[in-house]
Amino acid sequence: MATGTQIEVVMPQMGVSVSEGTVTKWLKQPGDTIARDEALLEISTDKVDTEIPSPGDGVVGELLVAEGETVEVGTLLATILPVGAVAMEAPPAPAPVAAPVALAAEPVAVAPEPPIGVAPEQPAAVPVAADAASGNGRTFVSPVVARIAAEHGVDPNAVTGTGTGGRVTKKDILAHIESGATAPPAPAPAALAAPPAPAPAAPTPVAAQPAAPPAPAPVAPPAAPLQTGEVEEPMSAMRRGVMEHMRRSLDTSAHVSSAIEVDMSRIVAARAQLKKEYQASYGVNPTYLSFIAKATVETLQDYKWVNAEIRGEKVITRPWVNLGIAVSLEDGKGLIVPVIKNAQDLNLLGIARAITDLAARARTKKLLPDDVQGGTFTITNPGGFGTFHGTPIISQPQVGILGTYALVKRPWVVQDELGQDVIAIRPLMNITLTYDHRLVDGAYSGGFLRDLRTRLEGWEQAD
Amino acid sequence: MAERTYLQAISDGLRQEMRLDPRVFVLGEDVGVYGGAFKVTDGFQAEFGPWRVLDMPLSETAIVAGATGAALMGMRPVAEMQFADFVSCAWDHLVTVAAKQHYRAGTPIPIVLRLPSGGGFSGGPFHSQNPESLFAHIPGLKVVCPATPEDAKGLLVTAIEDANPVLFFEHKHLYRRIKGEVPDERYSTPFGKARIHREGDDIVVVTWGAMVYTAADAAEIVAAEGISVEVLDLRTLIPWDREAVLESARRTSKVLVLHEDTRTGGFGAEIAATVAEEAFEYLDGPVKRIAAPDSPVPFSPPLEAAYLPQIDDVVAGLRELAAY
Repeated sequence: MATGTQIEVVMPQMGVSVSEGTVTKWLKQPGDTIARDEALLEISTDKVDTEIPSPGDGVVGELLVAEGETVEVGTLLATILPVGAVAMEAPPAPAPVAAPVALAAEPVAVAPEPPIGVAPEQPAAVPVAADAASGNGRTFVSPVVARIAAEHGVDPNAVTGTGTGGRVTKKDILAHIESGATAPPAPAPAALAAPPAPAPAAPTPVAAQPAAPPAPAPVAPPAAPLQTGEVEEPMSAMRRGVMEHMRRSLDTSAHVSSAIEVDMSRIVAARAQLKKEYQASYGVNPTYLSFIAKATVETLQDYKWVNAEIRGEKVITRPWVNLGIAVSLEDGKGLIVPVIKNAQDLNLLGIARAITDLAARARTKKLLPDDVQGGTFTITNPGGFGTFHGTPIISQPQVGILGTYALVKRPWVVQDELGQDVIAIRPLMNITLTYDHRLVDGAYSGGFLRDLRTRLEGWEQAD
Repeated sequence: MAERTYLQAISDGLRQEMRLDPRVFVLGEDVGVYGGAFKVTDGFQAEFGPWRVLDMPLSETAIVAGATGAALMGMRPVAEMQFADFVSCAWDHLVTVAAKQHYRAGTPIPIVLRLPSGGGFSGGPFHSQNPESLFAHIPGLKVVCPATPEDAKGLLVTAIEDANPVLFFEHKHLYRRIKGEVPDERYSTPFGKARIHREGDDIVVVTWGAMVYTAADAAEIVAAEGISVEVLDLRTLIPWDREAVLESARRTSKVLVLHEDTRTGGFGAEIAATVAEEAFEYLDGPVKRIAAPDSPVPFSPPLEAAYLPQIDDVVAGLRELAAY
């Protein structure tokens, strides 16, 4: 680096398909001293919101991007100058500073191992360009493979190569994408990311023409002039992601919603019994959502197509459940769907802990790109506000989303021990399944809801 | 529709145009009484008379210069070189006068030079060359290289109709070896439209003339190994069908350019450069060229076989690209 003692902070790549980010807030101003790993700014991308720590110790130099501005990955955001630096290029000759060597050496030492936020050694669009320099045949990436990789958000190094020296050929990467072996190329499950072009039905058209751009921006009608009292504000990257994804999901899936009423008496009882223990021993709150998530994961094992995906004209099912949990951010600023990976492996405690963790990190902007990828089914829980029914929108490319609503005490007809109908007061919850009728039919979805209800109503706490 | 050899198709096309248009006439060495070195104009003098089928002195300069003058006077001459190699004798008239006359003076020069070209029969350095790239480099000339009987007839008609000097490279190796159905009626085949000789998905071989068949045979061999090869016959080099080449290059991502002409400065270089410029982001391997080495064409049959691109050479190139 020419400057030697100056550290550059650039817009990091938060996930393979992310190409830009918005500076939401500068936490330091020019002239402020900053320690390595101390938060410098907050950014927002269409996948996650996060803080960017300083890559080294020093004094904040210039802030080159204003708050609210959206810039491409790799754009220089700020510079960090060495402590005490006035002129950036101090002469190597002895200087009247107590420890000039140490001062000069330190930032230089920091630079070679940049943490997040420092210029990645590779450009965003072609994630492997730097690797090619290694001269290793395995990592040479041809122009067409680089282009397909960029378009689909695939890391070519993750693809098995059959070319000379293990090089990844066009056929290899197309087969890789076709097989869906990679999570990122599927439109991000966070219901947020600008999706890559749909997986090609056949490899040929991809080569023949550039893959369809991600949904051409509709031509906006001329903006109406602001009326007195109206306030205009720019839309955040996350909002734009949500906007695009919601529209695309409705344009993609044949949404149908079914609802079922569930008597949650046993869940309420189980929760009351576990709550103190879980909180005392593990610091985890066993929410109703945890119980429903656990029962949902079990039920999905019997209804593979609710946990499936339509890819071209093929149906993809899998034995695992990556369970997305919709989390709304404060002040309606957005929506994010962190994913509990391999939820089938977790017991109730594990699921409760995972939900607590993801929700906390979502709200404190500590989610990592991986946390919002690869979901196979989603639960959304708007019932906290008392709503008793809704028709959520599916997070593409999934085919189902479960909605849970307010738990309310209602008069309910039950049978007493003599088999007589009596009216009892029971905690009732409406649960909806919104499914993609292209793949899931009414009877199948009804069976799913019935079995889910059976699990919840017959809950027996095992652990 | 009748089955005709490549040579018969040229002969038919020429005869048809002469019957149709009194401005069309033939001139060349031994084209009249003898019927041409390869008998393309056999019987023409009997049908059209000595003033439309002119036996010329042994001077390519006189033939091309005479054709140029006749064209200036409103005629549509079709001049035959006994061998394409000898057109170099007429370089000055062709390149300095005919190619630039329209640009310089606004007077078109609608001449056709029929140029029997290509090797494969121990003709040696003066009777085997494929000098198409020399003329492709000269603005104002058109360059045509048919591979099939049907194209030979249709492209000759277009060449005669064209207002520019057209170099019509007839591959001698194809004259009597290649037969095909050729429409009896008059038709013209447009310049600048490539023809997919064989469809394929993995690699495209861009070629013309006799190499179309070499490429097709090689493609057949590697097809058994699961390599799907497209053979694109350019038909005309000036103008050449860039769009078709780029389309195939983008689709297959691997390009092999094959020609019988020597390698350095061959027209394949232009194609390879264009693919690199226009389709770079679609390439999954280097653009490969197979061509004759930069040497005169040898007499000796084994040496000539080593010199000319053979089916095995193309097979090896295709395997190499497929494995890349």
